[in-house]
Formats: sequence, C-alpha cells, structure tokens
Amino acid sequence: MSWRPQRRGGEVAFNGGLRTPGDVWIAPLGAVQEPAVEQDTRTKVELDLPWQVVVHNDPVNLMTYVSMVFQRVFGYPREKAEKHMMEVHQNGRSILWSGVRERAELYVQQLHGYLLLATLEKVT
Amino acid sequence: MEICRRKDDLEISELDPFLAELLRQIPASASPEGAPAAEDRLFSRPAAACELESCAEWKLYVEPELRRLFQTATETVATDLKQLNGNEKPFANRTLCIPAGHADAWLSALNQARLVIAAKNEFTEGELYDQYRSPIGSRRDLSLFQVNFYGFLQEFILRELNGFSDSSCD
Repeated sequence: MSWRPQRRGGEVAFNGGLRTPGDVWIAPLGAVQEPAVEQDTRTKVELDLPWQVVVHNDPVNLMTYVSMVFQRVFGYPREKAEKHMMEVHQNGRSILWSGVRERAELYVQQLHGYLLLATLEKVT
Repeated sequence: MEICRRKDDLEISELDPFLAELLRQIPASASPEGAPAAEDRLFSRPAAACELESCAEWKLYVEPELRRLFQTATETVATDLKQLNGNEKPFANRTLCIPAGHADAWLSALNQARLVIAAKNEFTEGELYDQYRSPIGSRRDLSLFQVNFYGFLQEFILRELNGFSDSSCD
C-alpha cells in the first residue's frame, strides 16, 4: 500500500513523451518510430481490484454518529447507512465499500478523520 | 440545564457549575498526551496487517493531517467555551451558544474526548452502556459520567443536524 499523495489530473511526462490520464500515449515530435508497448498501467489497475474498506465496532462511538458518517463519506441513503451501522454493531465489522486501492485509501483516511475504526483490506 | 435551538444555533442555558466545568474540560479531555492507549485509539492503524513501510507512510503523510483536523476542532470548541469564563454572573444565568457552523467541530471534539477518556480508563462495553451509574462514587465513575454527558450532547447536535428535533427555544 502507498499513502503518498497522488498526483491529480494533468499529464505525466514519461520517456520524453506524454502519458495522459486515459493512458493514451503521445509520442514526442521527432522521436524514433519504434512502437512503444505500454502495459503497466492497465496491469496495475487489474492488480488493484478489489480492495475493501472495513469499519470495526467501537463501543464508544454513538450509533447515530456512525450512521451520519457513513452517509457523509459514502453518500449512502440513511437506510443503507443504518444497515451498515447495525452490521458493525452486531457482527463487529462491516464492509462499506470495495474497489480500487487509491479510492479505498481515501475513504479510510476520511473515516479516521471522523474517528471511526476503519481499515483497508485486500480481498484474497 | 436547558438545551435548545435558537434559529440555527444551539443554546445551552441554566448551566450549573458542575456541568459547566465538564464542558470546560472538553478540550483538555480530548488530548491523548501521555496516554499511549488513547493515542493509539485516535490514530489507529489503517490496515489490520499493516506492513512496516505502509504504516510508516501513513504516519508521515496522513497522521499530521489528522492531528491538524482534530486540533482545529478542539480549538474551535475552546473558543466557544470562553463564553463561560468570568464570574460576574451566577451560572444559572449563563448561556453557551454554539453557532451552527461549529456543530461539526463540537461533534469531533466531543468524540475525541469520549474516546480518550474511555481509552485512559479502559472502560468495558458493560460500563459504557450503564447509563445509570452515579458520578459520585469515584474518579472512574466521574469519567464515565463525563463520557455519557458528552455523548448526550453529541446526540442532541446530531438530532439538530438531521432536523429530527423540535426543540426550539422560542
């Protein structure tokens, strides 16, 4: 896992050419016309899937507070937020979200900002 | 103590000295300093199986941001609590006004304080759910009362934020 700040938007200079966020390779002017084979980004995304955001039970945090945090962080409707909150309360944990690592890291960070016990787990 | 909503702000009035003192203690109670268990709870691990490098990066990049976030919240609350300073009025006439824009800071500071107190005292789940325990018995009982009192304030603020309350002062 890497918690380093991610570079947001824009293009990333790479080997004298440009790589766009959509992974379109733009060769530099006058470059040798060797076909560039770039596969690492797609492979990385595939390897990244799926990670899950898990919230663990904590007897101190109020149930209404936990439910509010789920609504705010994940944009869940109240019913869904309460369902997850009850799952945390009764089962000790609930998987709130799963998907790419970077976004999962961001969610965990936000949940820690609200003082919930949240962890990031790789689905095995 | 009366607690109600005046326009968009929250108002706590008719404060007795005991509860006013508990309110004053929120910022200090939220500090985990000198208590590793409380520090661990406020800055918990981002993953159950946290590799050395990942945890070091989290500590380096995320923890300072969280510290700033928590500190800003307690500073906001400390500023609001200055309304309780001075002794020209009896407590019964004192009113603490919490601006609506400070509600999130109060929720955070109250939560920090509850978590820190609970971690320092190692309260069990059974103790935390025992709302009828007297605060008179011991320092531990007083701390438990503090956790429950702060929880009550959190509940009230949450109800107001969700618009579930009909507790207008007017």
